[in-house]
Amino acid sequence: MTAMASRTARSASKDSRRRLVVIGNGMAGARAVEEILARGGGAQHRITMFGDEPYGNYNRIMLSHVLSGDEDAGDIFLNSLAWYQENNITLHAGIRVERIDRFAKLVFSDDGRATPYDVLIIATGSRSFMPAVDGLYTAGGLLRPGIFAFRTIDDTQNMVAYAQQDHHHRAVVIGGGLLGLEAARGLQSHGIDVEVVHSGGHLLNTQMGPDGGAVLRRSVEALGIKVHTNSRTTAILGTDKVQGVQLRDKPDIACDMVVVAAGIRPNVDVAVTSGLPVERAIVVDDQMRVPDEDEIYAVGECVQHRGEVYGLVVPVWEQAAVLADHVTGADPSSAYLGSRTATKLKVAGVDVASMGLQAPERDTDEHVVFSEPSRGVFKSIVIRDSKIVGATLLGDSRKVAYLTQAFDRGLPLPEERVSLLFDIGGPGEEAAVAELDADAQICNCNGVSKKAIVETVKGGCNTVAGVMDATRAGKGCGSCKLLVRQVVEWAADGSVAEDPTSAYYVPGVPLEKAALMKAIRQQGLRSVSAVFAALAPGGAEDAKSKMGLASLLKMMWADRYIDERDARFINDRVHANIQRDGTFSVVPQMKGGVTTPDQLRRIAHVADKYSVPMVKLTGGQRIDLLGIRKEDLPKVWADLDMPSGYAYGKSFRTVKTCVGKDFCRYGTGDSTKLGIEIESRFQGIESPAKLKLAVSGCPRNCAESLVKDVGVVAVDGGRWEIYIGGAAGAHIRKGDLLATVDSPETVKLLTGRFMQYYRERANWLERTYSFVPRVGIDHLRSVIVDDSEGLGAQLDAAMQASVDNYVDPWTERGDPFTPGQFRTSLPLEVLPQVPVR
Amino acid sequence: MTSGASISGPAASGPASGGAAVSGELYGLGPIEQVPPGEGRSFGVNNQQIAVFRLRDGSLRAVSAVCPHRGGPIADGTIDQTEVLCPLHQHAFALDTGCSTTGAPPLQTYPVFVDADQNIMLQLE
Ligand code: SRM
Ligand SMILES: Cc1cc2nc3c(=O)[nH]c(=O)nc-3n(C[C@H](O)[C@H](O)[C@H](O)COP(=O)(O)OP(=O)(O)OC[C@H]3O[C@@H](n4cnc5c(N)ncnc54)[C@H](O)[C@@H]3O)c2cc1C
Ligand code: SF4
Ligand code: FES
Repeated sequence: MTAMASRTARSASKDSRRRLVVIGNGMAGARAVEEILARGGGAQHRITMFGDEPYGNYNRIMLSHVLSGDEDAGDIFLNSLAWYQENNITLHAGIRVERIDRFAKLVFSDDGRATPYDVLIIATGSRSFMPAVDGLYTAGGLLRPGIFAFRTIDDTQNMVAYAQQDHHHRAVVIGGGLLGLEAARGLQSHGIDVEVVHSGGHLLNTQMGPDGGAVLRRSVEALGIKVHTNSRTTAILGTDKVQGVQLRDKPDIACDMVVVAAGIRPNVDVAVTSGLPVERAIVVDDQMRVPDEDEIYAVGECVQHRGEVYGLVVPVWEQAAVLADHVTGADPSSAYLGSRTATKLKVAGVDVASMGLQAPERDTDEHVVFSEPSRGVFKSIVIRDSKIVGATLLGDSRKVAYLTQAFDRGLPLPEERVSLLFDIGGPGEEAAVAELDADAQICNCNGVSKKAIVETVKGGCNTVAGVMDATRAGKGCGSCKLLVRQVVEWAADGSVAEDPTSAYYVPGVPLEKAALMKAIRQQGLRSVSAVFAALAPGGAEDAKSKMGLASLLKMMWADRYIDERDARFINDRVHANIQRDGTFSVVPQMKGGVTTPDQLRRIAHVADKYSVPMVKLTGGQRIDLLGIRKEDLPKVWADLDMPSGYAYGKSFRTVKTCVGKDFCRYGTGDSTKLGIEIESRFQGIESPAKLKLAVSGCPRNCAESLVKDVGVVAVDGGRWEIYIGGAAGAHIRKGDLLATVDSPETVKLLTGRFMQYYRERANWLERTYSFVPRVGIDHLRSVIVDDSEGLGAQLDAAMQASVDNYVDPWTERGDPFTPGQFRTSLPLEVLPQVPVR
Repeated sequence: MTSGASISGPAASGPASGGAAVSGELYGLGPIEQVPPGEGRSFGVNNQQIAVFRLRDGSLRAVSAVCPHRGGPIADGTIDQTEVLCPLHQHAFALDTGCSTTGAPPLQTYPVFVDADQNIMLQLE
């Protein structure tokens, strides 16, 4: 310990920078350091940070999204470990500071280290408050299994893991505030029945009054969350495992897990032990300094400033900026005067905004209220001396930006008060953006002002994504994304640019598709490497462009294409779809969704022999064997002895069919037969994006033909309708009628002609649901059906060449194309495992 | 799930003594033919998993085999002369430094070369 301290002290003689130590590596600590670095503080300070949590700094706000599964824990980091390295910050992650020696200027941590400082920042944040309830803890003083706090990544991940265990169905959340409601909503997405027990008289009582709370309660109960107000929890029931909660004067509630979200308490232990002034939290002055300590600062939820303790990020950002002004000397006059907390949140999917007073306090205060419980809308504004001193908005946040600004700056209000609540004659959305003050905060998570966005746009960045990357606006909870876009559009004065490379077929070759195809043909470029050498700037390869080029060249040259395997995506190298744990899924061809007992026996045999973790019927009417190890792929194909279903490629996939006229009492055409014929003809054909087809035997459309890339419907009188450009995946679009024809042969001809036209004209990864409306159904009909441009024969011939060139890729099983083609790339043990069903 | 052998496969012999100009432990991973041009293969070396790529100019690069994002198999990635894209979520990493150009934590990099007998030689710390 001493040795370590003196070693650091010795090296200090060489490095004359001041030693800055930060206790707490959460949102406030890391933000303070960022602000210090932004003011050139890196040259003045050698920075060391201690964090109790064993990670870099993450966006705590996003934990609600991690709980609901909308966001992966790995994706919410604000500062990765690499960031600390790049900025020469020594991070002791997973290490807790226990005591400060203010006189020796040393910080003692639980790994036995003593770290000297010249400047110290305390940013220890808060922890979940645990009310006095029987049965919370084990004998050893830990929370009992099944009982959770909601503060850290670990809390959240443990909660998710517990909620996902099959035998856990019911949860009770203690606390009906912001965190409690978020926890309740999040648990619901894991199929858990949730009840919220709240000791207050109405939900969210720190943010709003009883009327708003009652409207919110309706909205929350409409989501299926049961709410108990005026209910105090007295004990957690159950001996081994949690069995329920006991309430004072009310019946017990049975449950398998309990989340305690009954408020937060500042982490002040270190400060108390070290003799620093602590009241409700660590006391700081307007410079964010601890009184009487010139070199000790504190910031974030652990501080009390002018009697206030905050529990939101906006004050944290404001405090961090002032602190950095003083630590670096950038602005000695800078002062923090407190934050007017206007909260704008999404709680359990409901928009909630609140600021200032919840209700009138003086006889002369005006109160404007609107309540529409059936739509979950409630708005209340408190006005004093013609200025807004409080507002609560629920379920409709359209006027929030304007109201927040009026509240922050004490703007004069319109005579007609109702226009504060609605856009009646008041400034509309457009005007609202223009009228916002330069300092108005657009992104409350990352503290980005309108001015910062405008300056970024003026500095030459005129894509919305670019501005978001550069300013981090919109990268927190995401509720301000629309506003960010509006501000960017307003600042760019309508000239918001699309990314220049977006017109190119692939980003690495600066040519649009038609020009690229022309150059390829003229110069006889038959391999991906030849295209890069001839057409890319400096002849440079580009990994992101390889797959698109491979697809295009195969389409153009058919059997004369020079197939370089490294240009393919892994799926196309091993003819299967890679999965989250590095295993693959295998979908054998099952034309038209029709199978045989013999095929089923082979599939069953393979599933047994290779211990396939899941066998599943797909949405494309075939059978998926999931979780196959890469090295087993060739053996699995050999045992199946069926062709590939191409479920992995940017290619023709499947034809769904319905039973059709041979069996169905309504069937007017043999949809099954036609579907099988179409699939046999076009199997495996590569295309700019997936092609999924269907044939239905009558307009009841049991094969969902109206929402397919090409969908065919038999109509009475032996005729067939052909629809193109339909979708029902990430986008929903009803296909456009291309033609109604008399024979299955014509269906196949026009289908092939359309697909070839699409293959030649569509952008890489452009599905038909974008391509068809872009080109226009009238144009397509004239080219494909009426042959107005005389392209018909050429399109048919090109498609025929591709059809003739089909080889089942699974025949590579006997003769790998490259050495180690099916060698495993990772020992699966280290990867997240797919559960076996 | 997978036996250790199939990953160490043809690879890891013990440290080779008397390596050329490089210092540190040298490991012979076997013939260069195991890695097709423009692709990568994984090797288990001294209990570490390493992805070796053979660029189209013939040179080699070696990086840690597990994607720091969510554990993706880096050796299954797509490469060019400068970077590798992880097959799972397309995070990009510079092959020379391991640094991510898309905001993921970095990969570890290792010195690697082909010796006179056309064997892959990898140096660990
Ligand atoms: C297996 C299957 C789900 C199932 O269990 O039923 C499936 C699985 C996947 N789908 Fe799908 N889709 C499956 C039917 C569908 C359908 C329904 C259908 O085909 O009738 C759709 C809607 C129709 C459509 O495509 O428009 C569908 C729309 C998508 C989309 C959204 C495409 C879009 O642009 O709207 C994606 C994402 C993408 O392509 O980028 C996707 C992507 C995926 C991927 C390939 C994700 C990936 O890249 O790894 C999934 C692979 C899982 C795995 O680990 O193997 N899957 N997917 C279905 C396979 C059908 C088959 O037999 O080939
Ligand atoms: C689920 C959830 C949702 C939220 N949603 C919102 C929202 O929508 N909007 C909003 O404005 N706010 C929200 N908040 C609040 C916001 O996250 C906090 O205001 C913010 O994180 C405060 O930052 P901080 O650095 O003061 O504290 P923290 O982020 O808690 O950081 C403190 C860090 O210090 C560490 N630490 C403590 N003691 C020690 C010690 N002795 N030694 C070493 N390290 C120590 C802790 O482990 C912690 O990592 C939410 C919070 C949670 C939990
Ligand atoms: S919907 Fe499709 S892409 Fe999404 S998880 Fe299911 S299979 Fe995967
Ligand atoms: S696992 Fe590599 S990018 Fe996600």
